[in-house]
Amino acid sequence: MPVIEVDELSKTFKVPVREQGLRASVRSLVRRETREVTAVDAVSFTIEPGEVVGFLGPNGAGKTTTLKMLSGLLHPTGGKCSVLGLEPKGRPAELLQQITLVMGNRNQLQWDLPALDSFELNRAIYRIPRADFVERRDELIELLDIGELVTKPIRNLSLGERMKMEIAGALLHQPKVLFLDEPTIGLDITMQRRIRSFVADYNERHGATVILTSHYMADVQALCKRVIVIHHGRVVFDGDLSALSDRFTTQRTITARLADGEEITIRSLREETASATSKLLADYDVVDLTIEDPPIDDVIEQVFADAHEAQ
Amino acid sequence: MITLYTANARIAVQTQIQYRAANYFYMIGMIAEPVVYLVVWSTIANANGGSIDGLTAKDFAAYYIVWTLVRNMNIVLTPFAWEERIKDGTFSGQLMKPVHPIHEDLAQFMGWKLVVLVLWIPLAIVLALLFKPSLSPTMLQCAVFFFAIWGAYFIRAIMQWSLGLITFWTTRVGAIFEAYYLSELLLSGRVFPLVLTPHWFQTLTWFFPFRWCFSFPIVALTGPIENRDLFIGLGMQLAWILFSIGLLAIVWPRAVRRFSSVGG
Repeated sequence: MPVIEVDELSKTFKVPVREQGLRASVRSLVRRETREVTAVDAVSFTIEPGEVVGFLGPNGAGKTTTLKMLSGLLHPTGGKCSVLGLEPKGRPAELLQQITLVMGNRNQLQWDLPALDSFELNRAIYRIPRADFVERRDELIELLDIGELVTKPIRNLSLGERMKMEIAGALLHQPKVLFLDEPTIGLDITMQRRIRSFVADYNERHGATVILTSHYMADVQALCKRVIVIHHGRVVFDGDLSALSDRFTTQRTITARLADGEEITIRSLREETASATSKLLADYDVVDLTIEDPPIDDVIEQVFADAHEAQ
Repeated sequence: MITLYTANARIAVQTQIQYRAANYFYMIGMIAEPVVYLVVWSTIANANGGSIDGLTAKDFAAYYIVWTLVRNMNIVLTPFAWEERIKDGTFSGQLMKPVHPIHEDLAQFMGWKLVVLVLWIPLAIVLALLFKPSLSPTMLQCAVFFFAIWGAYFIRAIMQWSLGLITFWTTRVGAIFEAYYLSELLLSGRVFPLVLTPHWFQTLTWFFPFRWCFSFPIVALTGPIENRDLFIGLGMQLAWILFSIGLLAIVWPRAVRRFSSVGG
């Protein structure tokens, strides 16, 4: 049975519009004009237990709005969704006990105190038995390698260190579903890698279901077998990450290293890869050969471009 | 729930201890207001032959020194804080927790008061030495005062929390909050003891929560007050607490729904 079911989910916002200038300002006092903006437009998908799904899309595509609807922060204007068999709208405590939402640029811990104090507070909020709490806290401290940091006030930590604390704090109640909204935003490469490996490890240990949004394709490649690409509020692709390249790219990159040390790189159409490779092998003294899909960032760019053209 | 309140109160104490100097300056600022009132009323009383409507300079001293404690005890989350909470995303985080966010605020401000109380004692001693208050409460008055200051805290906390929720409908809420505070200033006994006001004005104050947050707890300790009025006062506080909870129960789901449709 799927952990997350989303059926024709939509969200429309009413936003005020006003033209430039004093006259428009005065007019807006008596007559306020609004326009409807569709952030999420009839999105449907299901996610099975233990899946790690990458939710991709450019800024304003509707990723965060979808995550907020799944976590109960926003009410859908159309369609329906369920998480762990419960409707997020209305934020039932039973659901909130089993999910977590980590937003990369938001701080939920006590700013002036060491993270350990915030962890204690979370223990009280989520009513975690003392023995379980100590075990989970120590496990998270070890996995995230934050032993020396948990006793420092949050305000004295770097952005990356704070993010690790946020993640630890958000997982103390051992949620079954993790909504990670750009958890690595603004972090250096090393820190990004650590957080990625931690999420993978957590997923493996606890079988948690994860939806991850990120602008860093490395996050997605490292963690997600499946991706859902959303553009202008609509799902434009839902499937394996590898299938994304197959569907949206027409070219492959062939790199050959020659006996004299020189390296040749050519791009060929997907269906001509075999003949291009044969020709390369026949014409040159090749000692090593690799055939690759274009970088995933290029693929995603292509997906967005295609979706834009289709509209 | 007790564990939740204890944990939050502990967090507040730990946080406030980090800012000892800021707290002292805050306390000094806090006593400036009642000292001004005290000096003005004492001067008028002395110029008036020693008392005004039976209140002597020493009675005013008692009133305003107890005032400082009551004021510190009834400080709550300001409604102005909501705008920032919504803007910086703190509120989204609170909504993701399986407990009503008001508990966190109630508990943290309760914990903060423990720190304030420790800082208040030396300042109260200095004020008492300077102004020599006339204060001789009975055991019953002391007991009622203890409950009354917490009653005052809960009325103010829940009322202002509910008031702050207006932010969900309109972001420019300053004028509304200012009107509320002005009403409180006039009708609470904060600027002048209500006993100095006309009978009709005193009757009017019964219909607002403000009197039960300032005047009642102060007079419960300083007197003069009948035993019967002590219990009526506690009863009125309870009634206002229940009213505030009712108000919150009506406004909160609508505010969350509003937030959920607009976003944050």
